[in-house]
Parts: sequence; structure tokens; C-alpha cells
Amino acid sequence: MTLVLDSRHVSAIRRHGEADYPAEACGLIGGAVDGDRKLAVQLVPLVNRRTDSARNRYLIDPESFRRAQERLERDGLDIIGVYHSHPDHPPAPSAFDRDHAWPRLSYVIVGVARGRAAEMKSWVLADDRGTFEEESITKEERKAVWQ
Amino acid sequence: MAVTVLIPTPLRPFVGGRDALEVEGGNVGELLERLTGEHATLKPHLFADDGRLRSFVNVYVNDRDIRQLAQRDTPVKPGDTISIIPSIAGGAAASVGAPQAAPVPSKAAPPPVLSHEEILRYSRHLILPDVGLDGQKKLKAARVLLVGAGGLGSPAALYLAAAGVGTIGIVDFDVVDKTNLQRQILHGTSTVGTPKLESAAARIHDLNPNVRVEPFETRLTSENALDIIREFDVVADGTDNFPTRYLVNDACVLLDKPNVYGSIFRFEGQASVFYAKRGPCYRCLYSEPPPPGLVPSCAEGGVLGVLPGIIGSIQAMETIKLILGAGEPLIGRLVLFDALKLQFRELKLEKDPDCPVCGRHPTITAPIDYEAFCGIGVEPSYDGAEITAEQLKDEWDRTPELVVIDVREPHEHAIAHIDGARLIPLGELPDRLGELDGHHEIVTHCHHGSRSLKALEILKAAGFSKVRSLRGGIDAWAVNVDRSLPRY
Repeated sequence: MTLVLDSRHVSAIRRHGEADYPAEACGLIGGAVDGDRKLAVQLVPLVNRRTDSARNRYLIDPESFRRAQERLERDGLDIIGVYHSHPDHPPAPSAFDRDHAWPRLSYVIVGVARGRAAEMKSWVLADDRGTFEEESITKEERKAVWQ
Repeated sequence: MAVTVLIPTPLRPFVGGRDALEVEGGNVGELLERLTGEHATLKPHLFADDGRLRSFVNVYVNDRDIRQLAQRDTPVKPGDTISIIPSIAGGAAASVGAPQAAPVPSKAAPPPVLSHEEILRYSRHLILPDVGLDGQKKLKAARVLLVGAGGLGSPAALYLAAAGVGTIGIVDFDVVDKTNLQRQILHGTSTVGTPKLESAAARIHDLNPNVRVEPFETRLTSENALDIIREFDVVADGTDNFPTRYLVNDACVLLDKPNVYGSIFRFEGQASVFYAKRGPCYRCLYSEPPPPGLVPSCAEGGVLGVLPGIIGSIQAMETIKLILGAGEPLIGRLVLFDALKLQFRELKLEKDPDCPVCGRHPTITAPIDYEAFCGIGVEPSYDGAEITAEQLKDEWDRTPELVVIDVREPHEHAIAHIDGARLIPLGELPDRLGELDGHHEIVTHCHHGSRSLKALEILKAAGFSKVRSLRGGIDAWAVNVDRSLPRY
């Protein structure tokens, strides 16, 4: 599987991570699965509901998830992934990320070092929940047919 | 009787790609059991190894969260829709059930007697059914420890004393300072310069001479905390720093004491009752402190003077409820208060089964080194990176091209500023590095000298090498160089 992101998705995720720094930014990725490609179509930036330790934790509450899912389904899209930022940490999933992960979703993490977006990686939880495996990100320039 | 179970996207591959299933069962528990029985690979994603529903899995019957209903025993009937809704990471786990009110055991043995003067004084309590004579005697027998006689401790001490709490212990080693008076209503202009304990004892004695004040003129430390707290029934935490807050929490958990917590910052406050016997503790809520320097103290960030009055009063109220065993204590709930919106919000708190101090297998069984835990003292050393106010004056006179950067906020700049210093608030600094010339000597300054050290880190990381920070900030400048500046 590879996650296909449009360049405007990449820059939107990076900008969101920078804007919310030093808190973690988070959001959902809507799109569709096409063979071995997960095509991102639309991002849903969300408010990090962890107000207590937003610097190293994020939370998308069930109500936000449900609303996003309904909205995307109306456009014929599924939630294919989640993105979040790691302020001043590399974009590798923590044990906490793994414990709380849902299967099959792409977990895109962008490191934000001192307020500047750095490396971006995507991860998928193994079906046995034992490990997170890195997934390749393909950047494609697409015409914005979806808005 | 089949009900519809809606499956969220990430779990659909485990049920043959379907988004909804018809499942038989009389309650939610049965449904989930049948569902995971038929689709075995689904099970580890819904349930933890110990069989509990994972904290980030939310189950709704129609539009209601089963945590607000009867959990897994929530009945379902044909036509109901069950939705499995993810919360993504860190999610809400099973909330603690509504705690029962029960009085905190008091150490004092025989119930005290009220004098005629006390009966008159407390008459508005005595005619309240929830207090009455018995309740008033409980208050008189009670021993409450206030950690800190500052912003939160002030209203708490006044209301507890007025209410007739028999013994109030106070831990504080500070001296009343003029900047305290904007919010610390326990003290007054006449007591500026005297120890807070003396000032507090005098005010409490004037308010209610029946109250005994037990002063502890010391910092609460890992060495003395257990001995001090052991002698009290309830602790009200009015500390302003993370090491002491974790220390108070851990000591209360180890001694089985309720910890009535409050904290304030600028226009917002929070309060809860941490009582590990019956609910979560502070560590269940905040397992680790923020990195040092990330959360500014009230001295750095400011605080609205009335705010501690509100939060400290909530602490006094909860303390009294615990003593009386009245109402529903704030256990397992966190109240958030926003003064600008005048809005109270409430969050349910869960007990963390893996909490290192109150969980099933605690690893903290005695007070630890809290300064180290909070990352204090392990900060990089700034030897040679600081400059005193007098040195700066000297160098600046000799080298006028030296650049002084004021990293405070514009509204602080308006109160007082050093002539010739350039204002670049800390938050804007990373984006405005381009305005600085790395060939010049740079000195950063703030109010007291801590934000400017952070500015130093940013500048050094960006490659600036000739950078120093003004020790003691503009306050030191006002004291040692330019006495015409107001201090704040």
C-alpha cells in the first residue's frame, strides 16, 4: 500500500502542524482505496481535544469522528487516515500512538521542530496490533477536481 | 431480535467490507460478544487483553454513549442502531461512576462541644439541614491542610475559617510582597514584608478566634510531606509549581487523603478532588509534567485577581462537602472555568489502571525527587550565556551597535521598557530571525530572565553564536541601572 497525497495536502498538514505548535495538531484524511493505493482527496482538520497535555497528546473525539465520517460519506469518501504532528519529536509513532491506533488507517505524522514543519512519514498498524509499519507516501500533483 | 450495528471505516475490512451488520442480542455486551465471535479478527481492535472495551472505542445506542447508560448491560431492542465510533488516540476510557458522598474520617476522637458564642456565630449553618449541629461539630473536629497561603489559599483559608473548620494547617515560607495584594486577600498592606504565615494567622484569628492555625514555615519536601500531611483529614492544594503539585498528589495517595486541587492561569482555572480511594488522582489526569518553561507561572503569565477567588472558593466548598459528607464531591470530574466567557465546563476523569502511584501495580511507593521528575535542575546550564544589568550597561555604552532584544509581549513593553531595546515577542522570534544580524552581539531580555533564556536557545539553534541573556530581566535593570523605570 502507498498513501497518495496531493501536494496541497502535504502543505496543508505541514501548515496545520506549524500553526498549532507547540501543541499537537490533528485531523482526518478522507479518500478512497484504489487497488494498492490509498488516494487522499480531502482533509478534515480538527481541534485537538486534549487541552491538558496537548503538547504530546492529541485526541479526536467520537463526535468529531462521526461528523467527519458522515460528511465524507456524502461525497462518496471514506476516512482513510489520520494525521497529527509531533512537536519537537521525530515523525515516528510512540508506544502511546500504537496502543491507541485503529487498523488499516494511515497515520501520517509530521515532525515540527521549533515551530517549523520537518519530516513527514506515514504508518499503518499491523493487524495483530504488534507493530506500526511505515508506509510509503507518494506525492502527486492532481487537478483539484474535489473541493 | 436483530439490531443494526454500524461499523466504522477502519474496522470494515474485518467484517467482509460491510458498513452495517444485523446482530442478535439483548444487550450491548451480548451483541459485541456475538459480533467478535463471528469475526474473530475484530476482537483485538475492540477489546484489550483483559477483556475490557478499549478506551478509544465508543459504543452508542442510537445517539447515546453507553457510558452514560448501563455500559455493556445497556439493553437493546429491535430497531435500535448501535454505532461503534472511534475516538482517535488518547481517548476517553470508562468514566468513574458518580462517587458517593461519605464523610472523610476525622482523626479527632470525641465530638466537640459548641459554645454559646459558636452556636450564634454558626446559626446560618445550624439551620441548614445538611449541616446542622452534627455537621458543625464535624467541621470543628476537622483538620484541613492548606499548601500555600497565596492566591488560592487566601479565599480557601478565609472561608474555611469562617465556616468553623477547627484546625487549619498552612504550609508556606514566603513573605508578603506588594504584588501579592492584587489577589491574595488573606494579606494586607500593613503586613507587606512579614511572613505570610504570620499575616494569615492574624487575619484568621480576627475572623474566627475559635480556629487553631498550625503553621509550617517550610517548603513542602519529599522528606517532610508525609509527616505533615499525615496529621490532617483533607489537603487543599494551592501550589503554583509542578514539583510541589506532584508531591502533594503522591503523598495524599500514599496516605489515603483527599486532595482538593485548584489551579489558575491568566483568565482560566480548574478544580477537582483527587481521592484515589474513590476516583482518579492528579497523575491519572496528567501523567507527566509539561517540559520546564513551557507553562508560564502566574508571575510570568499574569493572572486576573478575582480568578483565584473563584477557584479557591470552590476548593473551600469541596473541602467542606468532604468533611460533612454532603452532596456529590468533585471526585472523578474536572471543572474548567473561563472567566472571560464566564463559562464552567466539566470533564469526566477516569482512573488510570496503570497510574504509577494509584494504579493496580504502583511503582511509586514513597515520595520521589520531584524536581528531577519535572525536569528542573537538568536544564542545560547557561554558564557564560548570561550578563548582569551593570555589565550590559557598560558594554552597551562602549559598543552602541550591540543589539538588545526585548522578548516580552507588547502589553508588557507598554508598562516599562529599556530605551533602545527592540521588541520581538518570544512567540514571533522564530519567524523574525531574518531581522537580526549575526555579526552583532545580541542580548535578550524579558521580565525576570527566564523567557530570554528560551529566546537564547532559539537563537543558538538558528546559528547565532554571540548571544547572551540579561540575568534578572528588566526587573534587574530597573533595580540596578535605571531606577526611573517602574517595577511590575
